[in-house]
Amino acid sequence: MSDVIAPLADKDRIFTNVYGFQDWGIDAAMKRGDWDNTKALLDIGQDEIIERMKASGLRGRGGAGFPTGMKWSFMPKESKDGRPSFLVINADESEPGSCKDREIIRHDPHKLIEGALVAGFAMRARAAYIYIRGEFIYEAKVLFAAVEQAYEKGFLGKNACGSGYDFDVFVHRGAGAYICGEETAQIESLEGKKGQPRLKPPFPAGAGLYGCPTTVNNVESIAVSPTILRRGPEWFSSFGRENNKGTKLFQISGHVNKPCVVEESMGISFKELIDRHCGGIRGGWDNLLAVIPGGSSVPLVPAAQIMDAPMDFDGLKALGSGLGTAAVIVMDKSTDIVRAISRLSYFYKHESCGQCTPCREGTGWMWRVMERLRTGEADIGEIDMLHEVTKQVEGHTICALGDAAAWPIQGLIRHFRPEIERRINENKGSAPVMEAAE
Amino acid sequence: MADAVHIPDEAETRARWGNFAWTADNAEQARKVIARYPAGRQQSAVMPLLDLAQRQVGEETQTQGWLPVPVMEYIADQLEMPYMRVYEVATFYTMYNLAPVGRYHVQVCGTTPCMLRGSDDVFSACKNKGLVKGGTTPDGLFTLTEVECLGACANAPMVQINDDNYEDLTYDSMSAILDDLAAGKQPRIGPQIDRQTSCPEGGPTTLREMVSENHDYRGEW
Repeated sequence: MSDVIAPLADKDRIFTNVYGFQDWGIDAAMKRGDWDNTKALLDIGQDEIIERMKASGLRGRGGAGFPTGMKWSFMPKESKDGRPSFLVINADESEPGSCKDREIIRHDPHKLIEGALVAGFAMRARAAYIYIRGEFIYEAKVLFAAVEQAYEKGFLGKNACGSGYDFDVFVHRGAGAYICGEETAQIESLEGKKGQPRLKPPFPAGAGLYGCPTTVNNVESIAVSPTILRRGPEWFSSFGRENNKGTKLFQISGHVNKPCVVEESMGISFKELIDRHCGGIRGGWDNLLAVIPGGSSVPLVPAAQIMDAPMDFDGLKALGSGLGTAAVIVMDKSTDIVRAISRLSYFYKHESCGQCTPCREGTGWMWRVMERLRTGEADIGEIDMLHEVTKQVEGHTICALGDAAAWPIQGLIRHFRPEIERRINENKGSAPVMEAAE
Repeated sequence: MADAVHIPDEAETRARWGNFAWTADNAEQARKVIARYPAGRQQSAVMPLLDLAQRQVGEETQTQGWLPVPVMEYIADQLEMPYMRVYEVATFYTMYNLAPVGRYHVQVCGTTPCMLRGSDDVFSACKNKGLVKGGTTPDGLFTLTEVECLGACANAPMVQINDDNYEDLTYDSMSAILDDLAAGKQPRIGPQIDRQTSCPEGGPTTLREMVSENHDYRGEW
């Protein structure tokens, strides 16, 4: 099914300090190659940087997979009305299963900060705000300190890296709201408001932070950009399959022998990823039940289908799921699959911002029905009713949280309807027969 | 609103917190925070200032801290924004405590990746130490909250207690952490098994040179 993907060599890994065996500080980072003549990268020129990013085939690492270079090109080339432009870096990593931005920030923060300068320069931004989730307390401390180090070296601020370009990087901590990972909610939150998504249009590239042109990029997308420019777009695009290029941090959690975060080529097969880095499935491959391959928002894929699937955007889309953030949640046969998905429904109920009725009411409604399906205290007809409700929520909200709440349930019903029916039938069989009133 | 927390009586709160003001250090910190945002956009500083205030309240009460109404009013004044806008923010984000909490705020992640790896056992450990979800122990030491994904899924199950993460937990290691904290000792932060951060247990499958030295891979490009 998939093309053969050669194992990624260590020399081709971008995040060499991903496990934090070595110091995150600027001197150690420079020895690993960060901030190495960054001026030369800026000298490539703004438009040419964007062209090279396009040529690299990098697709946004935050989940949607929008081509990064193209996103940058939407920013205005000159300000006609004096408004500055901003880069906002989304480090509000809250998708259940995702834990890659955390590793970048606490162990390789200078890749991110250097990337902020390069990306901000290319899109002609005045400053970058890094929006880091509030619960990453230690990670935020590292990031604040790393930014300070970069200022001290003259890499940021006035005449950044001696390029003649002025650029600032600020860190902004969130305070516990999944929805602030949505780009317009993040902008609202940065402005000091509740994180409720905005209607689009206007798109952030036209009117974003403080009404100014803004691009919101994921941490990983930004952090890989200096290395892509150093090694050339053709180096990056030599990994992975057509339209799914590059390397990617995979985060494997759940029922594998050794959960971990690891950088691999896009398109590596699921089986190879697990065998090579995670010590296989707990209890062996026959014990695999299902996998959520891209974080909680994407539908699950049953064992038989995922085994040889290429782990990239198009490969997983073909299975009715998605790569998302490459947060791979593995479930073996001991899993109460209905409970696992029901717990995600609770998550979305908890995190709905309350702005759109279908999501605010629907997430709670879906969770309550899911709980009854879990215990079997439901009617067979309610499975279809629940599916119908997910279709009513999906696509009828301002942001994608409604979709994200609907998809896991749709995936469950698509692949595990017999299991849900079994519970309902068993519950019916075991229910005490009520005596007729006399 | 069945799970709404108990907020102390307003008169009592005003008497205790009506004179809230920054400490000298925090006043300086607040000034620095506001300077991160463009002139006239000081409202952006509301989230960091609420966090700072909660920490100051925490220090004064020897807890994780919370946000009494007069404290939110103080921030509203400083940022020249209506109190209600501050209150909206404080109620929207889960990390702001709207009622007093204990010395240690035990936030156990219960979302699916942690659930799959045994967060039920972590909750059992808490329960056996007398912690009740949504409540504070009578000695004021522990408040237990079930939280949503904290972004450490490759190290599941995990708990965040005040500012520190404890990862790769079992029933026993969670019990030991609670015992240590109750005894005034600082448990080891991070993974509770023999493991470097999110590296596979037993050693890395990649980038092995990095374990012993700050290896520069550029020579092999």
